[in-house]
Amino acid sequence: MVAKRIIPCLDVHEGETVKGVNFLNLRVMGDPVEMGRMYSQQGADELVYLDISATNEGRGTFLSLVKRVASTLNIPFTVGGGISTADDAARLLDSGADKISLNSAALRDPSLIEKVAKRYGSQFVVVAIDAKFSSDRWDVMSNGGKLSAQREFFEWAKEAESRGAGEILFTSMDHDGTKQGFAVETLAKLCSLLNIPVIASGGAGKAEHFSELFLNSGVDAALAASVFHEGTVPIPTLKRYLESCGIPVRITKV
Amino acid sequence: MVAIIDYGTGNIFSLCNAVKRAGFDYTVTCNTNEIKASSHVILPGVGEASEVMKEIDSRDLAETIKTLKVPVLGICIGMQVMCSFSEEGGTECLSIFPERVLKLGGEGVKIPHMGWNRVNGVNKANGLGVGLFDGIEQGEWFYFVHSFAPEKGVSVLTTTEYGVEFGSTLIKDNFVGTQFHPEKSGVAGERFLMNFLNTSKNY
Repeated sequence: MVAKRIIPCLDVHEGETVKGVNFLNLRVMGDPVEMGRMYSQQGADELVYLDISATNEGRGTFLSLVKRVASTLNIPFTVGGGISTADDAARLLDSGADKISLNSAALRDPSLIEKVAKRYGSQFVVVAIDAKFSSDRWDVMSNGGKLSAQREFFEWAKEAESRGAGEILFTSMDHDGTKQGFAVETLAKLCSLLNIPVIASGGAGKAEHFSELFLNSGVDAALAASVFHEGTVPIPTLKRYLESCGIPVRITKV
Repeated sequence: MVAIIDYGTGNIFSLCNAVKRAGFDYTVTCNTNEIKASSHVILPGVGEASEVMKEIDSRDLAETIKTLKVPVLGICIGMQVMCSFSEEGGTECLSIFPERVLKLGGEGVKIPHMGWNRVNGVNKANGLGVGLFDGIEQGEWFYFVHSFAPEKGVSVLTTTEYGVEFGSTLIKDNFVGTQFHPEKSGVAGERFLMNFLNTSKNY
């Protein structure tokens, strides 16, 4: 039985882990490499680093950061943010990333998923989808949630899978930042439609939200940022709690 | 000196760093003399079986690898090409281990098998005095990413369950192979790698 994965997400801006709302009021949280090492020691199963730099200098800083992360970390990590071409993906692979996550660029050019998956394997390609519910359907959003991609969510997720995505990372923008729990029903429907692993993101506020998610949706992993950064839900406590609920999780004994 | 065999495919950055963190010098090489002269040899875990075999053949490495007398560790695809045959690309492999490599699958089983899974038989392995799992608990979690896996056969030391029960560690003489990635398996993986790098005998 594969363990359900717990994945802290680190937003990186100009080389620092930051926290903010819609890219505003960015607050520095610490060194991404040190934070990654700490999360790994606490029992995180994987990490996601998102590059939210807007400048070329920032992108360069991110690439050297990825190398530092890869030389320090003993668990897998995914990188995302600003990957527009297969060459961008190649540079991240060469810097030691285990997976990359594609978002807006895949919406602009869905064949990018195929190109990267063909070259490096599906296990290397996570397709991240941000969506929000509007009247009768889930709308996919691009450019950090700012623009409508004019795509229906489930249909886009299916297409991403058929084009070679190895995993889908779904963020419900309606739940993100609310700390009121994950979009469990939507995630359950997504899991029933796909044959690849699904990572849930958006809405984590307490340990019970993770158990509700795993017991009722079929997702393979849960991603969160602030509950871990702020220490509201420490990973060792969370994992022990999930185990007590009968959910298979990796408990590190060291 | 640890030789990490370079067969021209993807990312071996993490493996190199894990060996370095364990305190060992390494070289990434496809030079047969350099490989033969090293204390330990690692076949890394990247690529597709038929492609990796092509790369091994084009560098004339098959005989060199098969006749090595020092401890050899194959990781993931590096272990699969040490088996007799892989269903991936219908590939004839090095036949160090007699097991075949079969496609994973089954009802409701997502492919690839990606994530942390338990390695069983560690207690039995340590009972044999093998030492590879010293300090590692029975049923410990390791990190996997693969779609094919070795069938259960005579070389299988530990097993893992995913749709079927497959061989997650194989051993024969001075050769060991793991389906999991020790370089990505946290503290347990570091311990396994350290145990391998500190061994100088047959298993």
